[in-house]
Amino acid sequence: MDAHIQVKNLDAYYNKQQALKNVNIEIPKNQITVIMGPSGCGKTTLLKTFNRFFELTENTKLTGEVLVDGQNIYDKDVDVTEVRKVVGLLAQRPSPLPMSIYDNVVYGMHLHKMKKDRKEYKEAVRHYLEIAGLYEEVKKRMHDPATSLSIGQQQRLCLARGLAVEPEIILGDEPTSALDPISSQNIEARLLELKQQYTTVIVTHTLRQAKRLADYVIYMYLGEVIESGPAKEVFGNPKHERTKQYLEGLF
Amino acid sequence: MGMKKNRLERRHLMEAFMKALMYISFVIVAGALGLILWTIISRGLPSLTWDMVSQVPKGGYYMGKEGGILNAIIGSLYLAAGGTLLAILLSLPIALYLKTYLGQSKWGEYVRLSLDVLWGIPSIVYGAFGFALMIAFGMRASLLAGILVLALVELPIMTRAMDEVIRRMPADLEHAALALGSTKFEVALNVVTRQMLPGIVTAILLAFGRGIGDAASVLFTAGYTDRIPTSLMRPTASLPLAVFFQLGSPYPEVRERGYAAALILTIIVLAVSFGARWLSGRLNKYTIK
Ligand SMILES: Nc1ncnc2c1ncn2[C@@H]1O[C@H](COP(=O)(O)OP(=O)(O)OP(=O)(O)O)[C@@H](O)[C@H]1O
Ligand SMILES: [Mg+2]
Repeated sequence: MDAHIQVKNLDAYYNKQQALKNVNIEIPKNQITVIMGPSGCGKTTLLKTFNRFFELTENTKLTGEVLVDGQNIYDKDVDVTEVRKVVGLLAQRPSPLPMSIYDNVVYGMHLHKMKKDRKEYKEAVRHYLEIAGLYEEVKKRMHDPATSLSIGQQQRLCLARGLAVEPEIILGDEPTSALDPISSQNIEARLLELKQQYTTVIVTHTLRQAKRLADYVIYMYLGEVIESGPAKEVFGNPKHERTKQYLEGLF
Repeated sequence: MGMKKNRLERRHLMEAFMKALMYISFVIVAGALGLILWTIISRGLPSLTWDMVSQVPKGGYYMGKEGGILNAIIGSLYLAAGGTLLAILLSLPIALYLKTYLGQSKWGEYVRLSLDVLWGIPSIVYGAFGFALMIAFGMRASLLAGILVLALVELPIMTRAMDEVIRRMPADLEHAALALGSTKFEVALNVVTRQMLPGIVTAILLAFGRGIGDAASVLFTAGYTDRIPTSLMRPTASLPLAVFFQLGSPYPEVRERGYAAALILTIIVLAVSFGARWLSGRLNKYTIK
Protein backbone atom coordinates (compact mmCIF):
# COMPACT_ATOMS: atom_id res chain seq x y z
CA MET A 1 0.00 0.00 0.00
CA ASP A 2 1.17 3.50 -0.87
CA ALA A 3 0.69 5.17 2.52
CA HIS A 4 0.24 8.95 2.61
CA ILE A 5 -0.14 9.23 6.37
CA GLN A 6 1.52 6.85 8.80
CA VAL A 7 0.66 6.95 12.48
CA LYS A 8 3.15 5.35 14.85
CA ASN A 9 2.63 4.58 18.54
CA LEU A 10 0.33 7.55 19.00
CA ASP A 11 -0.98 8.28 22.49
CA ALA A 12 -3.09 11.34 23.20
CA TYR A 13 -4.25 12.72 26.53
CA TYR A 14 -6.73 15.40 27.59
CA ASN A 15 -5.55 16.49 31.03
CA LYS A 16 -4.64 13.07 32.35
CA GLN A 17 -7.35 11.17 30.50
CA GLN A 18 -6.12 9.06 27.63
CA ALA A 19 -8.13 9.50 24.42
CA LEU A 20 -5.89 7.61 21.97
CA LYS A 21 -4.10 4.41 22.93
CA ASN A 22 -1.12 3.30 20.93
CA VAL A 23 -2.58 3.98 17.53
CA ASN A 24 -0.67 2.50 14.59
CA ILE A 25 -2.26 2.92 11.18
CA GLU A 26 -1.49 3.78 7.60
CA ILE A 27 -3.74 5.86 5.40
CA PRO A 28 -3.58 5.14 1.67
CA LYS A 29 -2.81 7.85 -0.84
CA ASN A 30 -5.55 9.22 -3.08
CA GLN A 31 -8.30 7.13 -1.57
CA ILE A 32 -11.13 7.85 0.81
CA THR A 33 -10.52 6.53 4.30
CA VAL A 34 -13.48 6.44 6.64
CA ILE A 35 -13.04 6.42 10.42
CA MET A 36 -15.92 4.83 12.30
CA GLY A 37 -16.73 3.94 15.85
CA PRO A 38 -19.13 4.76 18.67
CA SER A 39 -19.39 8.24 20.13
CA GLY A 40 -16.44 9.24 22.31
CA CYS A 41 -14.07 6.61 20.92
CA GLY A 42 -11.52 9.18 19.72
CA LYS A 43 -12.31 9.71 16.04
CA THR A 44 -12.23 13.50 16.25
CA THR A 45 -9.12 13.36 18.40
CA LEU A 46 -7.33 11.17 15.85
CA LEU A 47 -8.31 13.48 13.02
CA LYS A 48 -7.08 16.50 14.97
CA THR A 49 -3.64 14.98 15.32
CA PHE A 50 -3.32 14.97 11.51
CA ASN A 51 -3.42 18.78 11.12
CA ARG A 52 -2.02 19.60 14.54
CA PHE A 53 -5.35 20.92 15.80
CA PHE A 54 -5.06 18.69 18.85
CA GLU A 55 -2.56 21.12 20.37
CA LEU A 56 -5.12 23.96 20.23
CA THR A 57 -6.83 22.39 23.25
CA GLU A 58 -5.11 23.35 26.49
CA ASN A 59 -3.58 20.75 28.81
CA THR A 60 -3.14 18.06 26.22
CA LYS A 61 -0.24 15.70 25.67
CA LEU A 62 0.72 13.74 22.61
CA THR A 63 3.42 11.13 22.12
CA GLY A 64 4.28 9.13 19.03
CA GLU A 65 4.57 10.14 15.41
CA VAL A 66 2.38 11.21 12.55
CA LEU A 67 4.24 11.01 9.25
CA VAL A 68 2.96 12.74 6.14
CA ASP A 69 4.93 11.60 3.13
CA GLY A 70 7.49 10.22 5.52
CA GLN A 71 7.95 13.51 7.42
CA ASN A 72 6.96 13.61 11.08
CA ILE A 73 4.69 16.64 11.37
CA TYR A 74 5.56 16.95 15.06
CA ASP A 75 9.28 17.42 14.42
CA LYS A 76 10.64 20.57 16.02
CA ASP A 77 11.66 22.21 12.76
CA VAL A 78 8.30 21.66 11.05
CA ASP A 79 6.25 24.80 10.46
CA VAL A 80 2.71 24.22 11.70
CA THR A 81 1.21 26.56 9.10
CA GLU A 82 2.81 24.46 6.36
CA VAL A 83 1.32 21.32 7.88
CA ARG A 84 -2.12 22.89 7.82
CA LYS A 85 -1.64 24.04 4.27
CA VAL A 86 -0.90 20.48 3.17
CA VAL A 87 -3.58 18.94 5.40
CA GLY A 88 -6.89 20.75 4.84
CA LEU A 89 -9.96 20.50 7.05
CA LEU A 90 -13.66 20.44 6.31
CA ALA A 91 -15.36 21.05 9.64
CA GLN A 92 -18.59 19.57 10.94
CA ARG A 93 -20.47 22.81 10.67
CA PRO A 94 -19.52 25.21 7.89
CA SER A 95 -17.75 28.20 9.29
CA PRO A 96 -17.26 30.91 6.67
CA LEU A 97 -14.92 33.77 7.50
CA PRO A 98 -16.43 37.23 8.15
CA MET A 99 -15.86 38.33 4.57
CA SER A 100 -17.45 38.17 1.15
CA ILE A 101 -17.83 34.92 -0.78
CA TYR A 102 -14.92 35.91 -3.01
CA ASP A 103 -12.67 36.87 -0.10
CA ASN A 104 -13.37 33.60 1.66
CA VAL A 105 -11.89 31.67 -1.22
CA VAL A 106 -9.04 34.08 -1.86
CA TYR A 107 -8.07 34.37 1.82
CA GLY A 108 -5.86 31.27 2.05
CA MET A 109 -4.26 31.89 -1.32
CA HIS A 110 -3.28 35.38 -0.19
CA LEU A 111 -1.81 34.00 3.04
CA HIS A 112 0.53 31.73 1.15
CA LYS A 113 1.05 34.21 -1.71
CA MET A 114 0.12 31.53 -4.17
CA LYS A 115 -0.62 33.64 -7.23
CA LYS A 116 1.05 36.52 -9.03
CA ASP A 117 -1.67 39.07 -9.67
CA ARG A 118 -5.37 39.87 -9.26
CA LYS A 119 -6.28 38.20 -12.50
CA GLU A 120 -4.73 34.90 -11.44
CA TYR A 121 -6.48 35.08 -8.07
CA LYS A 122 -9.77 35.75 -9.77
CA GLU A 123 -9.35 32.79 -12.08
CA ALA A 124 -8.36 30.55 -9.19
CA VAL A 125 -11.41 31.59 -7.18
CA ARG A 126 -13.62 30.67 -10.09
CA HIS A 127 -11.78 27.39 -10.60
CA TYR A 128 -12.18 26.22 -7.00
CA LEU A 129 -15.79 27.35 -6.77
CA GLU A 130 -16.44 25.27 -9.88
CA ILE A 131 -14.75 22.25 -8.35
CA ALA A 132 -16.89 22.68 -5.25
CA GLY A 133 -19.97 22.88 -7.47
CA LEU A 134 -20.90 26.35 -6.24
CA TYR A 135 -19.79 28.69 -9.01
CA GLU A 136 -23.04 28.84 -10.98
CA GLU A 137 -25.00 29.67 -7.84
CA VAL A 138 -22.75 32.49 -6.67
CA LYS A 139 -21.16 33.99 -9.78
CA LYS A 140 -23.44 37.04 -9.68
CA ARG A 141 -23.00 37.67 -5.96
CA MET A 142 -19.30 37.18 -5.31
CA HIS A 143 -19.14 40.21 -3.03
CA ASP A 144 -22.12 39.35 -0.89
CA PRO A 145 -21.37 38.22 2.66
CA ALA A 146 -20.61 34.50 2.90
CA THR A 147 -23.31 34.21 5.55
CA SER A 148 -25.94 35.06 2.94
CA LEU A 149 -25.50 31.54 1.56
CA SER A 150 -27.52 28.54 2.72
CA ILE A 151 -25.81 26.12 5.10
CA GLY A 152 -25.26 23.60 2.31
CA GLN A 153 -23.79 26.29 0.07
CA GLN A 154 -21.60 27.48 2.93
CA GLN A 155 -20.16 24.00 3.31
CA ARG A 156 -19.32 23.90 -0.38
CA LEU A 157 -17.75 27.35 0.00
CA CYS A 158 -15.64 25.96 2.83
CA LEU A 159 -14.61 23.10 0.56
CA ALA A 160 -13.60 25.55 -2.19
CA ARG A 161 -11.74 27.67 0.34
CA GLY A 162 -9.87 24.63 1.64
CA LEU A 163 -8.97 23.34 -1.83
CA ALA A 164 -7.72 26.78 -2.88
CA VAL A 165 -4.59 26.45 -0.73
CA GLU A 166 -3.76 23.28 -2.70
CA PRO A 167 -3.71 20.71 0.08
CA GLU A 168 -2.77 17.09 -0.54
CA ILE A 169 -4.97 15.74 2.21
CA ILE A 170 -8.57 16.62 3.09
CA LEU A 171 -9.88 15.85 6.57
CA GLY A 172 -13.60 15.85 7.21
CA ASP A 173 -15.13 15.46 10.66
CA GLU A 174 -18.72 14.46 9.93
CA PRO A 175 -18.74 17.09 7.19
CA THR A 176 -22.32 16.42 6.16
CA SER A 177 -23.96 15.94 9.54
CA ALA A 178 -25.24 19.54 9.67
CA LEU A 179 -26.58 19.43 6.12
CA ASP A 180 -29.86 18.47 4.49
CA PRO A 181 -29.91 15.23 2.44
CA ILE A 182 -29.50 16.95 -0.93
CA SER A 183 -26.58 19.06 0.25
CA SER A 184 -25.00 15.96 1.83
CA GLN A 185 -25.24 14.11 -1.45
CA ASN A 186 -23.71 17.10 -3.14
CA ILE A 187 -20.71 17.10 -0.79
CA GLU A 188 -20.35 13.33 -1.11
CA ALA A 189 -20.35 13.61 -4.89
CA ARG A 190 -17.61 16.26 -4.68
CA LEU A 191 -15.49 14.08 -2.40
CA LEU A 192 -15.81 11.14 -4.79
CA GLU A 193 -14.80 13.33 -7.72
CA LEU A 194 -11.80 14.63 -5.84
CA LYS A 195 -10.43 11.38 -4.55
CA GLN A 196 -8.08 10.78 -7.46
CA GLN A 197 -6.15 13.92 -6.53
CA TYR A 198 -6.51 14.05 -2.78
CA THR A 199 -6.09 11.72 0.13
CA THR A 200 -9.36 12.04 2.01
CA VAL A 201 -10.04 11.07 5.62
CA ILE A 202 -13.65 11.28 6.77
CA VAL A 203 -15.28 10.62 10.11
CA THR A 204 -18.88 9.57 9.82
CA HIS A 205 -21.62 8.06 11.95
CA THR A 206 -23.76 6.93 9.03
CA LEU A 207 -22.93 3.45 7.94
CA ARG A 208 -24.56 3.97 4.57
CA GLN A 209 -22.46 7.02 3.90
CA ALA A 210 -19.37 5.07 4.94
CA LYS A 211 -20.26 2.33 2.48
CA ARG A 212 -20.84 4.83 -0.32
CA LEU A 213 -17.55 6.62 0.23
CA ALA A 214 -15.00 4.32 1.76
CA ASP A 215 -12.08 2.69 0.02
CA TYR A 216 -10.42 2.04 3.33
CA VAL A 217 -11.94 1.78 6.79
CA ILE A 218 -10.64 2.35 10.31
CA TYR A 219 -12.77 1.10 13.17
CA MET A 220 -12.11 2.53 16.62
CA TYR A 221 -13.34 1.68 20.08
CA LEU A 222 -12.45 3.39 23.38
CA GLY A 223 -9.38 5.14 21.99
CA GLU A 224 -7.97 2.11 20.22
CA VAL A 225 -7.96 1.15 16.57
CA ILE A 226 -9.65 -2.24 16.60
CA GLU A 227 -9.52 -2.92 12.91
CA SER A 228 -8.40 -1.25 9.70
CA GLY A 229 -8.30 -2.38 6.11
CA PRO A 230 -9.80 -2.03 2.65
CA ALA A 231 -13.53 -1.32 2.75
CA LYS A 232 -14.44 -4.56 1.01
CA GLU A 233 -12.74 -6.64 3.68
CA VAL A 234 -13.92 -4.68 6.71
CA PHE A 235 -17.52 -4.41 5.55
CA GLY A 236 -17.69 -7.85 3.97
CA ASN A 237 -15.78 -9.88 6.46
CA PRO A 238 -14.86 -8.05 9.66
CA LYS A 239 -12.19 -9.86 11.63
CA HIS A 240 -13.15 -8.60 15.06
CA GLU A 241 -16.29 -9.30 17.01
CA ARG A 242 -16.67 -5.61 18.00
CA THR A 243 -16.51 -4.42 14.41
CA LYS A 244 -19.07 -7.00 13.42
CA GLN A 245 -21.42 -5.92 16.19
CA TYR A 246 -21.03 -2.24 15.24
CA LEU A 247 -21.71 -2.94 11.60
CA GLU A 248 -24.79 -4.94 12.53
CA GLY A 249 -25.96 -1.93 14.50
CA LEU A 250 -25.87 -3.62 17.86
CA PHE A 251 -24.49 -0.48 19.53
CA MET B 1 -59.77 22.01 33.27
CA GLY B 2 -56.19 21.65 34.38
CA MET B 3 -54.84 24.27 32.01
CA LYS B 4 -56.02 27.43 33.75
CA LYS B 5 -53.32 29.45 35.38
CA ASN B 6 -53.44 29.69 39.13
CA ARG B 7 -52.32 33.29 39.58
CA LEU B 8 -51.50 32.86 43.21
CA GLU B 9 -49.12 30.02 42.66
CA ARG B 10 -45.60 30.83 43.93
CA ARG B 11 -43.91 30.70 40.56
CA HIS B 12 -46.34 33.19 39.09
CA LEU B 13 -46.02 35.51 42.06
CA MET B 14 -42.24 35.36 41.71
CA GLU B 15 -42.52 36.16 38.02
CA ALA B 16 -44.79 39.12 38.70
CA PHE B 17 -42.46 40.36 41.42
CA MET B 18 -39.35 40.17 39.21
CA LYS B 19 -41.19 41.88 36.40
CA ALA B 20 -42.21 44.71 38.71
CA LEU B 21 -38.65 45.01 40.00
CA MET B 22 -37.22 45.28 36.49
CA TYR B 23 -39.85 47.80 35.56
CA ILE B 24 -39.10 49.97 38.60
CA SER B 25 -35.36 49.84 37.91
CA PHE B 26 -35.97 50.92 34.37
CA VAL B 27 -38.19 53.80 35.47
CA ILE B 28 -35.54 55.00 37.95
CA VAL B 29 -32.78 54.97 35.34
CA ALA B 30 -34.90 56.49 32.60
CA GLY B 31 -36.24 59.06 35.06
CA ALA B 32 -32.75 60.12 36.15
CA LEU B 33 -31.63 60.43 32.57
CA GLY B 34 -34.73 62.41 31.66
CA LEU B 35 -34.25 64.73 34.61
CA ILE B 36 -30.63 65.41 33.76
CA LEU B 37 -31.45 66.11 30.14
CA TRP B 38 -34.37 68.29 31.12
CA THR B 39 -32.22 70.37 33.49
CA ILE B 40 -29.49 70.87 30.94
CA ILE B 41 -31.88 71.66 28.13
CA SER B 42 -34.28 73.90 30.02
CA ARG B 43 -31.51 75.95 31.59
CA GLY B 44 -28.96 75.74 28.79
CA LEU B 45 -31.03 76.10 25.65
CA PRO B 46 -31.97 79.79 26.16
CA SER B 47 -28.27 80.73 26.33
CA LEU B 48 -27.26 78.47 23.47
CA THR B 49 -26.82 81.20 20.89
CA TRP B 50 -24.87 81.13 17.68
CA ASP B 51 -22.25 83.29 19.40
CA MET B 52 -21.73 80.57 22.01
CA VAL B 53 -20.51 78.07 19.45
CA SER B 54 -18.80 80.42 17.02
CA GLN B 55 -16.86 82.85 19.22
CA VAL B 56 -14.11 82.70 21.76
CA PRO B 57 -14.64 84.62 25.02
CA LYS B 58 -14.37 88.37 24.56
CA GLY B 59 -13.46 90.84 27.28
CA GLY B 60 -16.10 90.75 29.96
CA TYR B 61 -17.43 87.35 28.87
CA TYR B 62 -17.05 85.99 32.34
CA MET B 63 -19.23 88.80 33.64
CA GLY B 64 -22.00 88.01 31.19
CA LYS B 65 -20.86 90.03 28.16
CA GLU B 66 -20.20 88.90 24.56
CA GLY B 67 -18.33 85.91 23.37
CA GLY B 68 -18.68 82.16 23.33
CA ILE B 69 -16.88 78.97 24.15
CA LEU B 70 -15.52 77.95 20.78
CA ASN B 71 -12.13 77.68 22.50
CA ALA B 72 -13.47 74.97 24.81
CA ILE B 73 -15.36 73.15 22.03
CA ILE B 74 -12.33 72.96 19.76
CA GLY B 75 -10.06 72.24 22.72
CA SER B 76 -12.19 69.34 23.88
CA LEU B 77 -12.43 67.88 20.39
CA TYR B 78 -8.64 68.08 20.01
CA LEU B 79 -8.05 66.59 23.45
CA ALA B 80 -10.54 63.75 23.18
CA ALA B 81 -9.72 62.90 19.56
CA GLY B 82 -5.99 62.92 20.27
CA GLY B 83 -6.34 60.93 23.48
CA THR B 84 -8.68 58.40 21.90
CA LEU B 85 -6.45 57.93 18.86
CA LEU B 86 -3.43 57.36 21.04
CA ALA B 87 -5.39 55.00 23.28
CA ILE B 88 -6.52 52.96 20.23
CA LEU B 89 -2.92 52.54 19.13
CA LEU B 90 -2.12 50.96 22.48
CA SER B 91 -5.40 49.26 23.37
CA LEU B 92 -6.04 47.25 20.24
CA PRO B 93 -2.63 45.55 20.26
CA ILE B 94 -2.92 44.88 24.01
CA ALA B 95 -6.41 43.41 23.64
CA LEU B 96 -5.36 41.25 20.69
CA TYR B 97 -2.23 40.12 22.50
CA LEU B 98 -4.28 39.21 25.55
CA LYS B 99 -6.60 37.13 23.45
CA THR B 100 -4.09 35.59 21.08
CA TYR B 101 -1.15 34.78 23.27
CA LEU B 102 -2.20 35.06 26.89
CA GLY B 103 -5.74 33.73 26.72
CA GLN B 104 -7.05 32.60 30.09
CA SER B 105 -3.55 32.02 31.45
CA LYS B 106 -2.29 33.34 34.76
CA TRP B 107 -0.49 36.22 33.08
CA GLY B 108 -3.58 37.14 31.13
CA GLU B 109 -5.54 37.39 34.37
CA TYR B 110 -2.80 39.56 35.95
CA VAL B 111 -2.94 41.96 33.03
CA ARG B 112 -6.73 42.12 33.23
CA LEU B 113 -6.59 42.72 36.96
CA SER B 114 -4.12 45.60 36.57
CA LEU B 115 -6.28 47.16 33.89
CA ASP B 116 -9.33 46.89 36.14
CA VAL B 117 -7.41 48.61 38.94
CA LEU B 118 -6.30 51.35 36.56
CA TRP B 119 -9.92 51.75 35.46
CA GLY B 120 -10.96 52.41 39.04
CA ILE B 121 -8.39 55.11 39.73
CA PRO B 122 -10.04 58.54 39.83
CA SER B 123 -8.97 60.75 36.98
CA ILE B 124 -7.74 63.50 39.30
CA VAL B 125 -4.98 61.05 40.25
CA TYR B 126 -4.04 60.67 36.60
CA GLY B 127 -4.04 64.44 36.37
CA ALA B 128 -1.80 64.78 39.40
CA PHE B 129 0.50 62.05 38.06
CA GLY B 130 0.73 63.81 34.72
CA PHE B 131 1.37 67.10 36.46
CA ALA B 132 4.18 65.61 38.54
CA LEU B 133 5.80 64.25 35.38
CA MET B 134 5.39 67.60 33.64
CA ILE B 135 7.18 69.37 36.46
CA ALA B 136 9.97 66.79 36.37
CA PHE B 137 10.44 67.40 32.64
CA GLY B 138 9.96 71.15 32.91
CA MET B 139 6.88 71.07 30.69
CA ARG B 140 4.00 73.50 31.04
CA ALA B 141 0.29 72.81 30.71
CA SER B 142 -0.36 72.05 27.06
CA LEU B 143 -2.62 70.30 24.57
CA LEU B 144 0.01 67.56 24.26
CA ALA B 145 0.14 66.90 28.00
CA GLY B 146 -3.66 66.84 28.12
CA ILE B 147 -3.79 64.34 25.25
CA LEU B 148 -1.21 62.09 26.89
CA VAL B 149 -3.03 62.03 30.22
CA LEU B 150 -6.42 61.48 28.56
CA ALA B 151 -4.95 58.57 26.61
CA LEU B 152 -3.88 57.07 29.95
CA VAL B 153 -7.35 57.61 31.41
CA GLU B 154 -8.99 56.01 28.38
CA LEU B 155 -6.56 53.12 27.98
CA PRO B 156 -7.91 50.75 30.66
CA ILE B 157 -11.56 51.32 29.68
CA MET B 158 -10.89 50.82 26.02
CA THR B 159 -8.64 47.81 26.46
CA ARG B 160 -10.97 45.98 28.83
CA ALA B 161 -14.02 46.77 26.72
CA MET B 162 -12.21 45.47 23.62
CA ASP B 163 -10.98 42.47 25.57
CA GLU B 164 -14.50 41.54 26.67
CA VAL B 165 -15.67 41.80 23.07
CA ILE B 166 -12.76 39.92 21.56
CA ARG B 167 -13.00 37.14 24.14
CA ARG B 168 -16.41 36.27 22.73
CA MET B 169 -14.85 35.48 19.39
CA PRO B 170 -16.32 32.14 18.23
CA ALA B 171 -13.63 29.44 18.36
CA ASP B 172 -14.96 27.85 15.14
CA LEU B 173 -14.11 30.96 13.24
CA GLU B 174 -10.56 31.08 14.51
CA HIS B 175 -10.13 27.41 13.76
CA ALA B 176 -11.39 27.93 10.24
CA ALA B 177 -8.64 30.45 9.61
CA LEU B 178 -5.99 28.36 11.37
CA ALA B 179 -6.97 25.34 9.28
CA LEU B 180 -6.00 27.27 6.16
CA GLY B 181 -2.51 27.78 7.56
CA SER B 182 -2.84 31.23 9.16
CA THR B 183 -0.51 32.13 11.99
CA LYS B 184 -2.18 33.26 15.20
CA PHE B 185 -1.15 36.81 14.37
CA GLU B 186 -2.83 36.61 10.98
CA VAL B 187 -5.98 35.28 12.62
CA ALA B 188 -5.97 38.22 15.03
CA LEU B 189 -5.39 40.74 12.27
CA ASN B 190 -7.62 39.39 9.50
CA VAL B 191 -10.38 37.55 11.26
CA VAL B 192 -10.77 38.63 14.89
CA THR B 193 -10.55 42.33 14.14
CA ARG B 194 -13.03 42.04 11.29
CA GLN B 195 -15.52 39.89 13.11
CA MET B 196 -15.38 42.03 16.24
CA LEU B 197 -15.20 45.42 14.55
CA PRO B 198 -18.66 46.61 15.68
CA GLY B 199 -17.75 45.76 19.28
CA ILE B 200 -14.36 47.38 18.93
CA VAL B 201 -16.02 50.56 17.68
CA THR B 202 -18.30 50.50 20.73
CA ALA B 203 -15.28 50.15 23.01
CA ILE B 204 -13.61 53.14 21.36
CA LEU B 205 -16.79 55.12 21.77
CA LEU B 206 -17.06 54.29 25.43
CA ALA B 207 -13.52 55.54 25.99
CA PHE B 208 -14.10 58.66 23.90
CA GLY B 209 -17.17 59.46 25.98
CA ARG B 210 -15.17 59.22 29.18
CA GLY B 211 -12.30 61.23 27.69
CA ILE B 212 -14.31 64.15 26.41
CA GLY B 213 -16.29 64.44 29.62
CA ASP B 214 -13.35 64.27 31.99
CA ALA B 215 -12.50 67.50 33.79
CA ALA B 216 -10.08 66.42 36.49
CA SER B 217 -7.38 64.94 34.31
CA VAL B 218 -7.07 68.02 32.08
CA LEU B 219 -7.32 70.55 34.89
CA PHE B 220 -3.59 70.69 35.60
CA THR B 221 -2.27 69.20 32.41
CA ALA B 222 -4.03 71.09 29.62
CA GLY B 223 -4.74 74.26 31.57
CA TYR B 224 -7.34 76.71 30.37
CA THR B 225 -7.15 79.61 27.95
CA ASP B 226 -9.47 81.83 25.97
CA ARG B 227 -7.59 81.12 22.78
CA ILE B 228 -7.94 78.21 20.39
CA PRO B 229 -4.70 76.22 20.58
CA THR B 230 -2.48 76.65 17.54
CA SER B 231 0.11 74.08 18.51
CA LEU B 232 0.48 70.98 20.66
CA MET B 233 2.65 72.90 23.10
CA ARG B 234 0.00 75.55 23.85
CA PRO B 235 -2.48 75.17 26.69
CA THR B 236 -6.10 74.63 25.76
CA ALA B 237 -9.58 75.05 27.16
CA SER B 238 -12.01 72.16 27.43
CA LEU B 239 -15.78 71.82 27.77
CA PRO B 240 -15.92 70.06 31.16
CA LEU B 241 -13.79 72.83 32.65
CA ALA B 242 -15.91 75.45 30.88
CA VAL B 243 -18.94 73.95 32.58
CA PHE B 244 -17.16 73.81 35.91
CA PHE B 245 -15.84 77.39 35.89
CA GLN B 246 -19.06 78.93 34.63
CA LEU B 247 -21.34 77.08 37.02
CA GLY B 248 -19.23 78.48 39.86
CA SER B 249 -19.73 82.04 38.71
CA PRO B 250 -21.68 84.56 40.82
CA TYR B 251 -23.34 85.93 37.63
CA PRO B 252 -26.61 84.15 36.73
CA GLU B 253 -26.03 84.72 32.97
CA VAL B 254 -22.71 82.96 33.22
CA ARG B 255 -24.20 80.05 35.14
CA GLU B 256 -26.82 79.66 32.39
CA ARG B 257 -23.98 79.51 29.90
CA GLY B 258 -22.48 76.74 32.00
CA TYR B 259 -25.61 74.70 31.28
CA ALA B 260 -25.35 75.62 27.63
CA ALA B 261 -21.78 74.29 27.61
CA ALA B 262 -23.01 71.06 29.20
CA LEU B 263 -25.65 70.84 26.51
CA ILE B 264 -23.02 71.25 23.80
CA LEU B 265 -20.94 68.51 25.41
CA THR B 266 -23.95 66.21 25.50
CA ILE B 267 -24.76 66.93 21.87
CA ILE B 268 -21.19 66.14 20.82
CA VAL B 269 -21.24 62.82 22.68
CA LEU B 270 -24.62 61.95 21.18
CA ALA B 271 -23.48 62.88 17.68
CA VAL B 272 -20.35 60.76 17.99
CA SER B 273 -22.39 57.84 19.37
CA PHE B 274 -24.87 57.91 16.54
CA GLY B 275 -22.10 58.35 14.00
CA ALA B 276 -20.24 55.36 15.39
CA ARG B 277 -23.38 53.26 15.50
CA TRP B 278 -24.15 54.07 11.92
CA LEU B 279 -20.57 53.22 10.99
CA SER B 280 -20.52 49.93 12.86
CA GLY B 281 -23.85 49.03 11.29
CA ARG B 282 -22.20 49.39 7.91
CA LEU B 283 -19.14 47.46 9.03
CA ASN B 284 -21.46 44.75 10.29
CA LYS B 285 -22.23 43.52 6.82
CA TYR B 286 -19.76 40.64 6.79
CA THR B 287 -19.68 39.59 10.43
CA ILE B 288 -20.81 36.09 11.29
CA LYS B 289 -23.86 36.12 13.53
N1 LIG C 1 -11.54 19.12 24.84
C1 LIG C 1 -11.60 17.99 25.54
N2 LIG C 1 -11.26 17.98 26.84
C2 LIG C 1 -11.31 16.83 27.57
N3 LIG C 1 -11.66 15.64 27.07
C3 LIG C 1 -12.00 15.59 25.77
C4 LIG C 1 -12.00 16.76 24.94
N4 LIG C 1 -12.37 16.40 23.69
C5 LIG C 1 -12.61 15.08 23.75
N5 LIG C 1 -12.40 14.59 24.98
C6 LIG C 1 -12.55 13.19 25.40
O1 LIG C 1 -11.75 12.36 24.56
C7 LIG C 1 -12.45 11.20 24.18
C8 LIG C 1 -12.52 11.09 22.66
O2 LIG C 1 -13.31 12.18 22.17
P1 LIG C 1 -13.54 12.44 20.64
O3 LIG C 1 -14.15 13.79 20.51
O4 LIG C 1 -12.29 12.20 19.90
O5 LIG C 1 -14.62 11.32 20.29
P2 LIG C 1 -15.38 11.06 18.94
O6 LIG C 1 -15.09 9.66 18.56
O7 LIG C 1 -15.09 12.10 17.93
O8 LIG C 1 -16.90 11.14 19.40
P3 LIG C 1 -18.18 11.66 18.58
O9 LIG C 1 -18.53 10.57 17.65
O10 LIG C 1 -19.23 11.83 19.63
O11 LIG C 1 -17.82 12.92 17.90
C9 LIG C 1 -13.81 11.27 24.85
O12 LIG C 1 -13.77 10.50 26.00
C10 LIG C 1 -13.97 12.72 25.18
O13 LIG C 1 -14.74 12.89 26.34
MG1 LIG D 1 -16.26 13.67 17.01
